[in-house]
Amino acid sequence: MCGIAALQLRNPQLRPKMGSLLSTMLCEIVDRGPDSAGLAVYDNPELNTLGKSTLSLLGADLEISSADIDALLAELLPEGATSEVRIVGDTTLVSAEVATEDLAGAVARAYPEAVVAGRGERVTVMKSVGHPVEVAERHGLEGMYGSQAVSHTRMATESAVTAGGSHPFSVANDLCLVHNGSFSNHASVRRELKRLGVEFDSENDTEVGARYVAHRLQQGDDLETALVNLGKVLDGFYTLVVTTADSMAVVRDPIACKPAIIAETDDWVAMASEFRALAELPGIENARIFEPEPGRVYTWSL
Amino acid sequence: MTTTLETSLTAQGAEAPVETFDLKVDDVRALNKAIHQSANGRSFAVEHPGGKHSLAVGVNASLDVEINGHAGYYAAGMNQGGRITIHGNAGVGVAENMMSGIVHVTGDASQSAGATAHGGLLVIDGNASARCGISMKGVDIVVGGNIGHMSAFMAQAGRLVVCGDAGEALGDSIYEARIYVKGKVASLGADCVAKEMREEHLAELAGLLHAAGRDGDPADFTRYGSARTLYNFHVDNSSAY
Repeated sequence: MCGIAALQLRNPQLRPKMGSLLSTMLCEIVDRGPDSAGLAVYDNPELNTLGKSTLSLLGADLEISSADIDALLAELLPEGATSEVRIVGDTTLVSAEVATEDLAGAVARAYPEAVVAGRGERVTVMKSVGHPVEVAERHGLEGMYGSQAVSHTRMATESAVTAGGSHPFSVANDLCLVHNGSFSNHASVRRELKRLGVEFDSENDTEVGARYVAHRLQQGDDLETALVNLGKVLDGFYTLVVTTADSMAVVRDPIACKPAIIAETDDWVAMASEFRALAELPGIENARIFEPEPGRVYTWSL
Repeated sequence: MTTTLETSLTAQGAEAPVETFDLKVDDVRALNKAIHQSANGRSFAVEHPGGKHSLAVGVNASLDVEINGHAGYYAAGMNQGGRITIHGNAGVGVAENMMSGIVHVTGDASQSAGATAHGGLLVIDGNASARCGISMKGVDIVVGGNIGHMSAFMAQAGRLVVCGDAGEALGDSIYEARIYVKGKVASLGADCVAKEMREEHLAELAGLLHAAGRDGDPADFTRYGSARTLYNFHVDNSSAY
């Protein structure tokens, strides 16, 4: 069992309230997965800046210095520009006006032990072990602005309780994936992806799903097609929420053991493991509420 | 086995003061404790259920419960004699293992509605998700909309009425329950077949639709049930094991 709560705010006037809305949702899914948690927030101006790449690194005690990174990016940074290092809760953010791949390369060379949990221009990923509400408080979720956000509470089954094993998995620019369930053939799909040159950070089954989606998107699939293809390749139980820079998708496996419920109004679309996570959203009494059908991919764009 | 409909949706409990629980402030355990200690004829109302789990489980008296909003998992489970209405949607396993009484969901129900239920009547005005009536053992279920895949899996007794369409593998490995579907069936499960609608089936279906407060001509439905080819082990299949 794990818990998922995801929210896409179509009405910009609601975006300053993203953090408080997501917090109410998160509180209701804590007992589905109390061992660790993760958050992804899109388009928060205090976390991300358009035109700059931002890496979300696991841990607050990495002692990263921007000078070390700048030395490696000397040829790439614009004249007079430097990288920036900030600590938010249990997460270290590194930003610079270079391509994400270049920034990730510099961080990997300067700090080989650092684990990148999120990347892109628009998303910040915050993951940690412990009670999900405390994880959210440490990162200051309550006051956060955002256009889209995803939260996940994990009850670990396929790999250890670590920040790295928490969801979301963000393995390509502005792409996040969260999972309730377990993939049964992740080892063979991981081998196949490695053969194709894909690199992995962990032994986690969900990372394989995220790498597979990223790989398909890179091959030219749109999000919906990538998730249809995932259904053909990955076996197991899953309810997935996948977010990109400007869209959100939900898919359940054809057996549909893992729960999901969607509510939609003109102002927002929300997905959660259970209705109780949606109960306090503004306008829920007039929302269109439905369970996503097994094996069908649902997508919404901002 | 045919169960007798003890009451119908139109029957109401005796007039009694309504005890109200507002789950924005009251505890689910307090609600259920009050229900368990209640005598016949009492009435309860539940405000702001907010999708909470296990609402009105283990009712063991002839009493009324009105849940005004969406319920979470296992609402009205193990009901014995109660008349429980959910004015909204129900989560996983509504009325699971019901013994008798009525559970009425005015919206949609999630998966495993009426699972293993032995008796009583479960009415879902909207759609029911996968595994509706899984392993049903005597309950009657009437669904106004569609049902999901693997419904009535290993159903042993009782009747399942579907006014919309049925998902894949309907009635897989069914024993002696009877299924009536008005719309399309995506596929039938192992050993489940369409059967003739005889007079007694038209009559029993009319009774079930009436009990659920629904109009509709029983002649528009198709009956499904067990072909009874899985009842005994067939020696030709021994190589499959």
